[in-house]
Amino acid sequence: MNAILTITAKEIRQAVRNRWVLAATLLLAALALSLTFLGSAPSGSNVGARPLDVIIVSLSSLTIFLVPLIALLIAHDAIVGDMERGTMLLLLSYPVARWQVLVGKFCGHLAVLAFATCFGYGAAVAALLATGSDMDREGLEAFIAMIASSVLLGAVFIAIGYWVSAQVRDRGTAAGVCIGLWLLLVLVYDMALLGLLVLDKGQNMSGPVLNTLLLLNPTDIYRLLNLTGFANVSAFSGMAGLAGSATLSVRVLVAALALWTLIPLTAASLSFSRREL
Amino acid sequence: MTTVRITDVSKRYGRIDAVSGASFELGQGEMVALIGHNGAGKTTLMKLMLGLVHPTHGSIQVLGEDPAAGQFSARRRLGYLPENVSFDATLTGRETQRFYARLKQEPIAKAEQLLDVVGLGAAVDRRVGTYSKGMRQRLGLAQALIGRPQLLLLDEPTTGLDPELRQTFYEAIQRLAAEGTTVLLCSHALTELEERAGRVIIMNRGVKVADGSLDELRRLAQLPTGSGSKYPALLKARYPPGYPHPRHTGGSTATSSRSMRHRSKRSICCGA
Repeated sequence: MNAILTITAKEIRQAVRNRWVLAATLLLAALALSLTFLGSAPSGSNVGARPLDVIIVSLSSLTIFLVPLIALLIAHDAIVGDMERGTMLLLLSYPVARWQVLVGKFCGHLAVLAFATCFGYGAAVAALLATGSDMDREGLEAFIAMIASSVLLGAVFIAIGYWVSAQVRDRGTAAGVCIGLWLLLVLVYDMALLGLLVLDKGQNMSGPVLNTLLLLNPTDIYRLLNLTGFANVSAFSGMAGLAGSATLSVRVLVAALALWTLIPLTAASLSFSRREL
Repeated sequence: MTTVRITDVSKRYGRIDAVSGASFELGQGEMVALIGHNGAGKTTLMKLMLGLVHPTHGSIQVLGEDPAAGQFSARRRLGYLPENVSFDATLTGRETQRFYARLKQEPIAKAEQLLDVVGLGAAVDRRVGTYSKGMRQRLGLAQALIGRPQLLLLDEPTTGLDPELRQTFYEAIQRLAAEGTTVLLCSHALTELEERAGRVIIMNRGVKVADGSLDELRRLAQLPTGSGSKYPALLKARYPPGYPHPRHTGGSTATSSRSMRHRSKRSICCGA
């Protein structure tokens, strides 16, 4: 068996044993289910909002907070933690390249996150089906796209977590830096951007500038992808206005997320291979 | 045939010279003890041979490859036991051994047999997190022996092992050496290894201060030969588990080895 696959399999097994898989799945499922049943209450049933669209809007807002956090929690000690525990020393004496170790771990962690997202959010759809809500094809497509992009967002933050993990000297620092990055990308950046837009009153910030600023934050790319990608969803999310002015196609957004994964992963691989044990 | 060739190698961490100007060769089937205090550069030398750290100066050849150049196919023919070996706590001993066998692309069944050789017994299906120090060390040895390595680097291999297992361990190592495996044993206690190793390299503060067979070193150090040859008959006898081993409990042997190291440093440095 290939070295990368061997490492991936070990990471998955460890995550199952650590109850990481169980905890992440249950957390996402619990939140998705509560949003499914409580979330449609305020909108009522006569507004014309179909339940699935409401769920997509609320779940993708939830994802922006939760998935990066879970991803960073899994990823932040991938390298520095194994070095501190001493297991990395032995692993690297085996015939594996360091990038293989990193890619193997990445695949394993991504699989865990993908499993949790699919089953956690899938529970919401199952609940809707069980209660007999009608579902059209477009809504279902939007939902599947939401799950896929959530996994992609997770990949971005796993890669960022590895980068931090490859740079720092101890686990505590890695955790601290990751929490800081999470706060910055999930909360602070958007508030600052909003503030800028308000101050600017639309004078200097043209469409292309806004687009660039949105592409510089993976959570904003995710938000654009989900809240503006489908007409119905965009109307309920209150993002229709932004969707009109931001002229980024789905293809560009997905490519941007892929770049956000590849660049930190490459950086992590480079600084890991330069590191001495 | 030369398995390891180290030529004028230095390694500097910041201001500290971990290894400076060390040169030696290890031949096929040789069993060598690398002796020195803590911080003498033994572990750094092993890491250099594994390519985990890069030398500041000099060149290293291990099994025909330069480990620092990022080549790692030679590592398939190499076994390593780090000092204070640790494993992922959530996996069982058997799963750990299988994982390492897969990485080395060696048959799984053969690797699992090694778990019996080191006497892990019924513990193989328990999680490594529940293991004692001695059991972790046994698992460490088992993984180092996967796939009949041509070079074994063992850093403090016998810490945490009871006398009986120590004996079986040395027998296994000697058998491998007789079949052509080069064995490098690291230790700070000369007494533990002197009977077994054909050759001793002594390091002090990163400098190689002595290299030769034990008899040569004794002659150079003008040490009374009696202290070293007092126990071989005893050592060859098997000790029941828990029986205090004279080598590791007796104060007299410890002093003699320390004084020997001390003297060898002086006389051999002057001589060389």
